[in-house]
Amino acid sequence: MKIIVCVKQVPDTAATMTVDNGAISWGDAPLIINPWDEFAVEAALNLAADQGGEVVALCLGKEGETEAIKHALAMGADSAVMVSDPALKGADNVAASKVLAAAIQKIGDADLVLFGQQSVDTDTGLLPVQTARLLKWPSLTLVSKFESVNPGDSKIQVLRSMEEAVQVVDSALPAVVSVTKDYGEPRYPSFMGIRKASKAEFPIWSLADLEIETPPSSIGWPEVTEPVQKEILTEIIEGDTPEEKAKSLVEKLIAEKVL
Amino acid sequence: MTKKILAYIDHFHGKAQPSSWECLGLAGAITNDLGGEISALVLGEGVNGLAETAFHYGADQVLLADSPILKDFRPEPLADMVAMAAKEYQPDLIIFPTTSRGRTLAGMAAVDLDTGVMVDVIALDWTGGEITATRPIYAGKLLAKLTCGTTPQIVTLRTRAFDKPEPDTSRSGSITTLDVGVDAAGVATSIASLQEKGGGVSLSDANVIVSGGRGVALNSALEPPGDLDEEAAEVWKAEQGFALVQGLADVLGAAVGASRAAVDAKYIEYDHQVGQTGKVVSPDLYIACGVSGAIQHLAGMRSSKVIVAINKDPDAPIFNFARFGVVGDMHAILPPLTEALKEYLAG
Repeated sequence: MKIIVCVKQVPDTAATMTVDNGAISWGDAPLIINPWDEFAVEAALNLAADQGGEVVALCLGKEGETEAIKHALAMGADSAVMVSDPALKGADNVAASKVLAAAIQKIGDADLVLFGQQSVDTDTGLLPVQTARLLKWPSLTLVSKFESVNPGDSKIQVLRSMEEAVQVVDSALPAVVSVTKDYGEPRYPSFMGIRKASKAEFPIWSLADLEIETPPSSIGWPEVTEPVQKEILTEIIEGDTPEEKAKSLVEKLIAEKVL
Repeated sequence: MTKKILAYIDHFHGKAQPSSWECLGLAGAITNDLGGEISALVLGEGVNGLAETAFHYGADQVLLADSPILKDFRPEPLADMVAMAAKEYQPDLIIFPTTSRGRTLAGMAAVDLDTGVMVDVIALDWTGGEITATRPIYAGKLLAKLTCGTTPQIVTLRTRAFDKPEPDTSRSGSITTLDVGVDAAGVATSIASLQEKGGGVSLSDANVIVSGGRGVALNSALEPPGDLDEEAAEVWKAEQGFALVQGLADVLGAAVGASRAAVDAKYIEYDHQVGQTGKVVSPDLYIACGVSGAIQHLAGMRSSKVIVAINKDPDAPIFNFARFGVVGDMHAILPPLTEALKEYLAG
């Protein structure tokens, strides 16, 4: 089976984010694959190993934003495609999903498209469902487990999480799936994998290569700011024994009217 | 510049997600200022009761589709109904709660209606009828202001970021029934079975959260059963520690949270993780037990109104964000704290 896994490059989650002259900055923090996407890559590799088949990593980003693709290749993806075009600067989610849908169709013959559940930068979680909607494929979000996969019959059964329950969902293929952290630990790239990835070549497609116009964006970002940190006056609770400290803390919480 | 607002009522088999009423509260605040009307969109099977409740929380009318096809959450037929309702009603603004279902349907609606969606909004400005949304990005390390240049504008509201209105049981309104034009055979997914999650307070809805970090396993006074290997013994210790966290949470009617370190060490399920790769929460009271306060964890909870930190290490970064700090071993502090709170609340 053919599995496309969509990955994105983001600043390290330990980065301190700032805004300099209106531009978002993460200082000298390293760039990494979006941590949620690692679960999607892991799932893609396991499914391909079980069923036979190939894994293609797909990344939409600025030219040179190759950390996510390199990581997916180092984990074991067979090939990769980067989509990059200066005209996509400021693209909103609907626009980005139109580009991804076009790239998925150009890659062709996918049985499954996997995403992480969201990205740690903009945190929207919209691309999996919007891409599915554009492709007119079923959208299976927040999947923690693949119960059965039958590319021959074009069928799949997955566990999907919601707030109140877990659904066992039967779906036709092709489908778009977003994978959660509950899927299981992603593998570390092997030394050989990292070497292979560093030498890997992959195409960089522009909008012209995808044969689409620049998709319009509705959402504007007039301003990004650093949140105003409220002054926090920390009061250390004193006491000679744990019991005294506990009693004193309860009194403070009552006075603070949070109980 | 009156606003026609469509509010999506998210529910699980007829039980509303409380954040749905926050959507109606915001809709009411906007129409109070600008004029307009509020329709609630109720989709499901056997959901007439929800329609009535929507009136109590401020809906002027309810658009209702009741069909077995819509019983279980399946995005495609529900999204078809959202698009149909929007085309018929022509709202200026559609409001969803940021639940798993609300996020999915809002995203699909933006595609179907050729517009944009602003998700997980924590503040909204409608001065002069122009809507500007504020949402956290990078797990709240930064805030972005967003606008949507096309109609309908679509927003999803972060749970607890907007006030829930007081229900007025004397209110009612008209119900418009929508035709379910969806063909059962045309839906590519079916729900084979459903496993309901155990009780417990959900992190996103909680007024109070008690959470545990690495420190839950650091109790030298505990002697694990002899037949456990080192890793199992650590997890066993952590379970005893989380039992203390749970005990305090039970007394407070609170949800149980955890740091990524605790989840990665398999002390507790991922559902409980608070932080940049977990849930972002904003309760009135957040009690962090044995949590050091890594930047990823702080990003997920620092907008809590009052933070209490209990930690052995007086230099733990969590103390810089806490209103109250207790320097000490959580295993020693939690039992008397739980007792004292139980006594106070029994009152």
